[in-house]
Amino acid sequence: MTQLTPVLSANWNDSDSFTIAGYKRAGGYAAVTKALAMQPDEVIQLVKDAGLRGRGGAGFPTGMKWGFIPQGDNKEHYLVVNADESEPGTCKDMPLLLANPHVLIEGMIIASYAIRANHAFIYLRGEVVHVFRRVQQAIEDACAAGLLGKNIGGKGFDLELTLHAGAGAYICGEETALLDSLEGFRGQPRLRPPFPAIAGLYAKPTVVNNVESIASVPAIINNGVEWFNSMGTEKSKGFTLYSLSGHVTNPGQFEAPLGITLRELLDLAGGVRKGHQIKFWTPGGSSTPMFTAEHLDIPLDYEGVSAAGSMLGTKALQIFDETTCVLRAALRWTEFYKHESCGKCTPCREGTWWLVQMLKDLEAGKGTEADLEKLLDLCDNIAGRSFCALADGAVAPIISSLKYFRDEYIAHQTQGGCPFDPAASTLFESVAH
Amino acid sequence: MPFTSEHEATMDTIIAKYPKSRSAIMPLLHFAQAVDGYVTPASIEKIAEKLELSTAEVTAVSTFYTQYQSKPVGEYHVGVCINTLCAVMGGDAIYESVTEHLGISNHETTSDGKVSIERIECNAACDYAPVVMVNWEFYDNQTPQSVRDLVDGARTGNPPAPTRGPKTLRTWKQNSAVLAGISDGLANEGVSAGEPSKLGLNIAAKGGK
Repeated sequence: MTQLTPVLSANWNDSDSFTIAGYKRAGGYAAVTKALAMQPDEVIQLVKDAGLRGRGGAGFPTGMKWGFIPQGDNKEHYLVVNADESEPGTCKDMPLLLANPHVLIEGMIIASYAIRANHAFIYLRGEVVHVFRRVQQAIEDACAAGLLGKNIGGKGFDLELTLHAGAGAYICGEETALLDSLEGFRGQPRLRPPFPAIAGLYAKPTVVNNVESIASVPAIINNGVEWFNSMGTEKSKGFTLYSLSGHVTNPGQFEAPLGITLRELLDLAGGVRKGHQIKFWTPGGSSTPMFTAEHLDIPLDYEGVSAAGSMLGTKALQIFDETTCVLRAALRWTEFYKHESCGKCTPCREGTWWLVQMLKDLEAGKGTEADLEKLLDLCDNIAGRSFCALADGAVAPIISSLKYFRDEYIAHQTQGGCPFDPAASTLFESVAH
Repeated sequence: MPFTSEHEATMDTIIAKYPKSRSAIMPLLHFAQAVDGYVTPASIEKIAEKLELSTAEVTAVSTFYTQYQSKPVGEYHVGVCINTLCAVMGGDAIYESVTEHLGISNHETTSDGKVSIERIECNAACDYAPVVMVNWEFYDNQTPQSVRDLVDGARTGNPPAPTRGPKTLRTWKQNSAVLAGISDGLANEGVSAGEPSKLGLNIAAKGGK
């Protein structure tokens, strides 16, 4: 049985965990002192050696990303933290920032020092006002404590930190769209190369990291590479936040070593809600192809999930039981991608509209089996044909649900409509019985 | 309302936070909503003037992002999450129930100007599903009845407090000001974390049980 490893969430039971006093009492800001006593390149090397990989979805090695920033180029460098958390099912960064914004700020000071950036940004989704308040207060308190601003810790390092609210656009979680948005434009992805490390914010070398990735840095500085590597699997080191939601007895956040399985996590969450069985689930948000009960023992690390045909993504484990119509789920996610497509690339802009129309017909039992081939053909003309991964994410629920539940799509056609009762899936229905 | 010199000073403070002025366009649009409740043609002109952009450039940005409203919303703007997980867990039933109760549909406001409704996408609180946001504050674990009560309270000026947020619900304009970066001093109110957020932590404390 894998043991849970609360690190980022360790002090969340403290009623003042989000204050600077609460954070310092829990050992906060010790890592800054330690990191500022090192050379910036040593900090980058340490994060590389730890094997920390991006926690926002792609799993790119964080230290390597930092190492890509050209040094001695006489240009401004920027650190931008992606706090736009919007991938359906993903709910880890917002509670983290609500409960402990200082751990992100501490990580940002260390990361900025390492990449030699003097201005850093947090791009926070705009639909979470209380999280905005907490982060803004934390920045003000860190400034007052001399942890941000000029000559931090007397080491001659300056850092300005700006909190920026988004305004409701999923696409801004894509790093280049985020940068365009932060520059004051419509959030639309850029063609790469050049990558942000060469030409990012204001065309200057820029690191874009997820909240959880940066928040994991202080613990690595404090406890060392060996400690971090004592958790996780061969290529997926360390601890991470897994978010269980949906038809489970006790949904919530679980900080565990990478490689834990859903069977283990479900066991800790009290299992699927009483009297029901798991039908399908996402390993890391709606853009990661869905799994079924067959996949409960897959190690939830970057390699394990990918070998089984999906992606670890944001580790957003959305659990759906047998009362849920998979076509309804796929249609609703597709409506989301249609709504959030930024409109830059034709296959995504037009294709997601067609997908919604086809799925609506199929849900209403107005399709034929041949339409399923047309649907897959349409998916094939959308995925991989756009600037960014939104298009790939858009087809994931459709292709994967057809792979595992083709019969259910056909049942809608033979029965002339949806065979499921949506009321049976709701929580209050189960309360009423 | 026309922009006062005080408003202009606030806008200048916002612009000064960025290396390049154009980056201030989003907080300035949030600020415009703090002043007028939505993005008015006059505020588009003012922002364009401040940032030395055309009104078309500012409009292009304001119409891209769904949080910027092109017409007035209610004092309490209610967002019902209808993305897959919340929808399945009860968000669809909540939406149906509250719109029928109020007699309005998506993007409409009650005639008293108090409550507006929007179908919203995933708001990063899935372990608290079904989720409703009011003025972008969290209302966790909702039911059709709790949301009907919520909007009734809002219409009589007495909305319940957010689940994870300040002690009292602030208005749409007040919360728009926060998003523009104008502190309301309420960061210390409310819980550190809700119970689901601490579930793994508390299981670990009990030795994994």
